Amino acid sequence: MNEIIIEPGRTEKNYWTDLWRYRELFIILSWRDLAVRYKQTIIGILWAIIRPLLTMIVFTVMFGRVAKLPSDGHAPYALMVFAAMLPWMLFSNSLSEASNSLIGNANLISKVYFPRMIVPSATIITALVDFLISFVILVAMMIYYQFMPGWHILFIPFFIILALLASFGPGLWITALNVKYRDFRYVIPFIVQFGLYISPVGFSSNVVPENWRLLYSLNPMVGVIDGFRWCILGGNSPLYLPGFLLSMAIIVFFLWLGVTRFRKMEKTFADII
Amino acid sequence: MSDIIRVENLGKKYIIGHQTENGRYVALRDVLMRNAKNLWNKTKDLVSGKPIIQGDTTEEVWALKDVNFEIKRGEAVGVIGRNGAGKSTLLKILSRITEPTTGRVTIKGRVASLLEVGTGFHPELTGRENIYLNGTILGMSRVEIKRKFDEIVAFAEVDKYLDTPVKMYSSGMYVRLAFAVAAHLEPEILVVDEVLAVGDAEFQKKCLGKMDDVAHQGRTVLFVSHNMGAIDVLCEKTIFFDQGKVIDFDQTQEIISSYLSSIQRDSKVALISRKDRGGTGVAIISDVHIAGVDGSPLKQVISGQKCSIIMEYESRIKLINPTFKFTIYNSFGQPLLHFDSSLCDKPLQITNNKGCVGCSIKKLPLAKGSYRMNVSIEDSGQLLDHLIGAYTFNVVDGNFYGTGRNIVGLKEICLTDQDWSLVENDKLTRKG
Repeated sequence: MNEIIIEPGRTEKNYWTDLWRYRELFIILSWRDLAVRYKQTIIGILWAIIRPLLTMIVFTVMFGRVAKLPSDGHAPYALMVFAAMLPWMLFSNSLSEASNSLIGNANLISKVYFPRMIVPSATIITALVDFLISFVILVAMMIYYQFMPGWHILFIPFFIILALLASFGPGLWITALNVKYRDFRYVIPFIVQFGLYISPVGFSSNVVPENWRLLYSLNPMVGVIDGFRWCILGGNSPLYLPGFLLSMAIIVFFLWLGVTRFRKMEKTFADII
Repeated sequence: MSDIIRVENLGKKYIIGHQTENGRYVALRDVLMRNAKNLWNKTKDLVSGKPIIQGDTTEEVWALKDVNFEIKRGEAVGVIGRNGAGKSTLLKILSRITEPTTGRVTIKGRVASLLEVGTGFHPELTGRENIYLNGTILGMSRVEIKRKFDEIVAFAEVDKYLDTPVKMYSSGMYVRLAFAVAAHLEPEILVVDEVLAVGDAEFQKKCLGKMDDVAHQGRTVLFVSHNMGAIDVLCEKTIFFDQGKVIDFDQTQEIISSYLSSIQRDSKVALISRKDRGGTGVAIISDVHIAGVDGSPLKQVISGQKCSIIMEYESRIKLINPTFKFTIYNSFGQPLLHFDSSLCDKPLQITNNKGCVGCSIKKLPLAKGSYRMNVSIEDSGQLLDHLIGAYTFNVVDGNFYGTGRNIVGLKEICLTDQDWSLVENDKLTRKG
């Protein structure tokens, strides 16, 4: 007979085992988000295709044609932009979905017990599926430009996980803050939009002057985007290692911050949501 | 028999800030503004040499305090108490939704809590999909749901609409499906909150039956309700909560009568100072009384008398489309009469934020006895105020039937006009 003891501070101790025990809930919640999103099948899938495609075209015209910024090596400019657009969309979608997740599931939080971290993490799956759909466009573009990727492409799953982790840390923190301060949600579109401009999406990070590059890598998405370009464009886009390591460190820092903040505020969610 | 739930010195403290009046959550804007203001005030105090006062005006409220009880395996226990007595907080702690501030609870076995029917139901998903979704949320595994799937569908009587999105369901079907999932959880302990308030009478009976089954299978049931009848049927023992404390824990019959008499005592307190209110509290009912034909309050109501129920209200906002309701109960807690201002043709044209509404009754259809009344105000579907036992009154024998005679042997029942005659019908007599 399993015995449950409820006392102040108790959930703290078996949190991570609980998280594992509730894995079926994680699966069903992500399945629910996906099912609802793609119920209107055509619109759902089209949206995942049109958004990155149009942004990519605008960026290619603006940065490539009008501003005449150089591409990475011999890679076509459009391909270089799209190789960055994919991780950026993955990051921004997963960040905004995760940030709004707790408020969106307020009825669950106030009526049922489960480790709350399941809610924001389940939303990430939707962003991941959107990403996989957009990935098809990339493949089509590579065929069109007759661009053959090298062995680097094998590392892409690693960078996908990195992009998700980069969004998960801040996402956890924001969604927790969102429960307490309801107007915090207005911050998210701003972060996403601002981030698009300060991340090397429309241009190559090689255009950033050498002595500024390390500083530039304080933006965790710089490392992730550079990594994606390295995987897809291969030798045309060599990885700037010190910057990449710095980005990684920042991602880990934000992840730690997000998890600890979330855990700290989690206990009061049911009381204030 | 061993204890299955043991609660020791349980307490839950909430801190209520007085500046966050319009809701439980705060806006960052407000916090920034307040901090800026505090900083300014503190600087001012510092400059002028006054002591710095720390913090906001916050108040500690103990929703539960020093709660102790033990429940044995296989017992069905009712929990009663007024709004804000701590019942919901207790259930939330037992279902681990919120952590206690002090004390400890030891539970031996799996707990399933049903604080709401259809938690997590998604309107866009089909009935089938929602069974899996809701089942998992309530803590069933996929395999378990699959095994009980047919049983759930049969209980809910929705087999024809399994692949229809639940947004197309009627509210009755929705509730049936939701309860069916919950009813097929097989926990050692089932915690239920007021879920029977929804659904039609027949389904309520079915639910009660199912819960009774659960209790008789040696499972433990903890059942919160305002429906004394349901508690009486289902639970052998009952806990009576008031102001966060256990007042009594005994045989259901005894607890119900002491609960009802405490409500009666309470109704002698001025209504406006009552704190045990439900609803948002934007508007409150400040007084209830019964008035005679001339409008003066009645000290004693006579069966069959023409009278009015007068409700005084006070509102902080302009009421747009208010509905006033009251229900009259007998002393066993059974509802006898229900009145609802939205049921009549003429809507109430309310312009003032303070005033009186009255409901006139041509002939009070109640036999002698003592009655109490629950009152509520709603506006556009939102509950603003709800008071249990807002008014109690006694009815004495009168001239309801116009004959001067009265019912003997029965009290606290409803009356209606009656006409007796001899029925001379060939078909009837032949049948007999």
